[in-house]
Amino acid sequence: MTAIHILKEREKQIYEKGSQPFDLTCDKHSIAGSISQRACVFCGSRVVLYPIADALHLVHGPIGCAAYTWDIRGALSSGPQLHRFSFSTDLKEKDVIFGGEKKLYQALNTLIDTYSPKAAFVYATCIVGIIGDDVDSICKKMSKEKGIPVLPVHSEGFKGTKKDGYKAACEALFKLVGQGSINHDSETSKFRINILGEFNIGGEAWIIKNYYEKIGVQVVSVMTGDSRIDDIKSAHEASLNVVQCSGSMTTLAKMMKEKYDIPFIRVSYFGIEDVSKALYDVSAHFKDNPQILENTKKLVSSEIQNIYPELQKIKKALFGKKAAIYVGGAFKAFSLIKALRLIGMDVVLVGSQTGDQDDYKMLKELCDDGTVIVDDANPLELSKYIVEKKADLVIGGVKERPIAYKMGIGFCDHNHERKIPLAGFIGMLNFAKEVYATVMSPVWKFAPRHL
Amino acid sequence: MLLRHTTDKIVERHALTVNPAKTCQPIGAMYASLGIRGCIPHSHGSQGCYAYHRSTLTRHYKEPVIAATSSFTEGSSVFGGQANLIQAIDNLFTIYSPEVIAVHTTCLSETIGDDIPQIVKKAEAEGKIPKGKYIIHTNTPSYVGSHVTGFSNMTKSMVDYLSQGNGHKEKCINIIPGFVEPSDMEEIKRITSELGIKSIVFPDTSNVLNGPMTGKYKMFPKGGVTVEDLKKTGCSIGTLALGRLASGAAARALDTKCKVPCELLDLPIGLEATDTFIDTLRQVAGVHVPDSINIERGQLLDIICDMHQYFYGKKVGLVGDPDQLISLSKFLISIDMWPVHIVTGTPGKKFEKRIREITKDSPYKVNVKQSGDMFLFHQWIKNEPVDLLIGNTYVKYIARDEDIPFVRFGFPILDRVGHSFFPTVGYRGGMRLLEKILDALLDRKDRDSSETEFELVM
Repeated sequence: MTAIHILKEREKQIYEKGSQPFDLTCDKHSIAGSISQRACVFCGSRVVLYPIADALHLVHGPIGCAAYTWDIRGALSSGPQLHRFSFSTDLKEKDVIFGGEKKLYQALNTLIDTYSPKAAFVYATCIVGIIGDDVDSICKKMSKEKGIPVLPVHSEGFKGTKKDGYKAACEALFKLVGQGSINHDSETSKFRINILGEFNIGGEAWIIKNYYEKIGVQVVSVMTGDSRIDDIKSAHEASLNVVQCSGSMTTLAKMMKEKYDIPFIRVSYFGIEDVSKALYDVSAHFKDNPQILENTKKLVSSEIQNIYPELQKIKKALFGKKAAIYVGGAFKAFSLIKALRLIGMDVVLVGSQTGDQDDYKMLKELCDDGTVIVDDANPLELSKYIVEKKADLVIGGVKERPIAYKMGIGFCDHNHERKIPLAGFIGMLNFAKEVYATVMSPVWKFAPRHL
Repeated sequence: MLLRHTTDKIVERHALTVNPAKTCQPIGAMYASLGIRGCIPHSHGSQGCYAYHRSTLTRHYKEPVIAATSSFTEGSSVFGGQANLIQAIDNLFTIYSPEVIAVHTTCLSETIGDDIPQIVKKAEAEGKIPKGKYIIHTNTPSYVGSHVTGFSNMTKSMVDYLSQGNGHKEKCINIIPGFVEPSDMEEIKRITSELGIKSIVFPDTSNVLNGPMTGKYKMFPKGGVTVEDLKKTGCSIGTLALGRLASGAAARALDTKCKVPCELLDLPIGLEATDTFIDTLRQVAGVHVPDSINIERGQLLDIICDMHQYFYGKKVGLVGDPDQLISLSKFLISIDMWPVHIVTGTPGKKFEKRIREITKDSPYKVNVKQSGDMFLFHQWIKNEPVDLLIGNTYVKYIARDEDIPFVRFGFPILDRVGHSFFPTVGYRGGMRLLEKILDALLDRKDRDSSETEFELVM
């Protein structure tokens, strides 16, 4: 591998632990001409709101934005499947010149009459921002006519990064919160939480919800895994918000704290250590019910007992192998580092698309000396460090997968294309098995690998 | 049932596309650009577009897909993207040293009216373009046409920017292969060399998006048409454009610019279209068709004869790109199968006319629509069921819901491999297509036969 240059402007976005004082720059726009792995505002909004299964999701723009996000995310629904359709106003040249408002109105009218959704989200894309369609007023009008919330999502792609899309999604969700109420007649627990930032990829939300139910905590809503509008409307009746994907959902948690005085905690459901901590932290919030803590202890111990022997076997095989992590949100990386340690692996590269200063500081604390920490990387940088650091495994998303395979090393998807859940205790075992299978695959014996 | 929301009642829709049978221009331009050796496709717009295009191409080809972006911010959208593009050009040449940067616009940069040639000129004046390196560009507003249009536009730009005539003609034929797989481009090259013809195939994504596993990540794989060859296209004796929509514009531009005469043919999918392709090659280059090619033709014919009883009278639903659907429909009819529902998302009235001509002797009522979507396609099927579906991966929802055998063909295919390695063009491609069709039909027959009808030999 020949030496590659790092873009001068990017030098401060890469840090090798132990080699220099920590001074990592992040939270800045990708430079033009960099081959960033990042996406746009629309992408951020779409991934957060997508799993709301009984809502209508209408993309207002030319066809591409809808086509590229059509059912690419494995966010499972236990009931309605309306979210898996691809609806678009499919703007044409004429609409761009004369405005797309009429088309949007007609499309909403048809769709709401046809599918009777519980709510509708209208995603405003780049072009809508430029031609200046008044999406807000059409949504308002539609809402009045149809008697359901019709919510504009201001996800014009150029307005920032994926993070700004998360914010736009949170704002749309916040408009729903407080509009409904849970059924108080039935014997429900007063120990109620919302799960935030869990998208039910491969059924992960179901696992987590089940744990909470087992320890005696009621989940009012999951935002937005296997989500329903009515649940979101009642979310203000929870007494705690448990935030997993902090990058996407902290905004909503903060808004709910301010308006409804609901505190929030950050958790992660990846890895034994973090999922246990998540359950304990929730039970600590309900300390006036000691039974919850008791239940948690029992659950954690029995779940760990179930998976531990197999994890130990896997650890033996994987001991000393090296992993490179490149994920969307940095918070996920913390858990991954811990989970990889648990199965004997070292992390040699860790990076994210959207981490902030605090995230990277925490990453630095968590990493061993020599680990490269990188913000907003490109394929050449990734491949350079994979070679230099002799990684055996890459954890990433769709665009990183073929890079790893071309280089002859294992890959684990931790993003869109998951089929098997990685959350919870069982998820830890799934993760370990998957890492084992890919790292130890016999294919690498036949594959050239220039490390 | 995932699509249970689909009803059989068809209502005319003007303001709404449900489950698109197309996507937008820039991805086609990006795909075409990847068919030039040492080229970085550059998306002039915000970051999301190119992220989606790269992801989709990565999912379809299972290969790393390189591209860059102007990373528009709110500022660039208001004041124009000139500064971004100039910075990008500078960064790309400095860091990655590509031979060519192929810029395409997005709906955003198109609408704010960025003038790419003017920006490139400025970059040149500022010394940002190293000697011997090139920038080409095309306009690909997403609200016009489809991914096929984008492919066509970028291919035409290769001609506009790079083709040069010098008055002399080389005994070489240009072939513009259309929006097909890398495997198809490879097969077209194989056929021409089998005929003993020197050719320049452009764009050529073989060995770029179907490369071998080497243990190395290469930003610029060894495949792709070289800039040198692209320049020489102006000196060839003729151009064959395969697929009128995807390749016609570039071929005509080359004729106008360098006086290289062109023939516009259907994509060589299936028996007749391949016959025409081979025969035209023979005539233009003045060669004989070798036995090896005749043998391939005979083999394809042999399969059709051996198995024709399984094709007879079968009804088929097709979704895809216009060029593909035209040849595919002809192929199916030649083996006695009848396309009854044909949808393309790509706009263009000629398509409907052409399909009407091809299917005029059909014993069934034929539904055909340009600018259609898969929702309508599904509704048609509900009203008139078919025996087989052919289309991209998204058709699998309909295949599952309606329990109809399904052959994957077109773009994108996200859930299977093979398309990037095994061609569907030429006689061999026809053999593969038939194999897939037979597998689908016969597997179904096996599955559905009663105990007494279940046969060993078919």
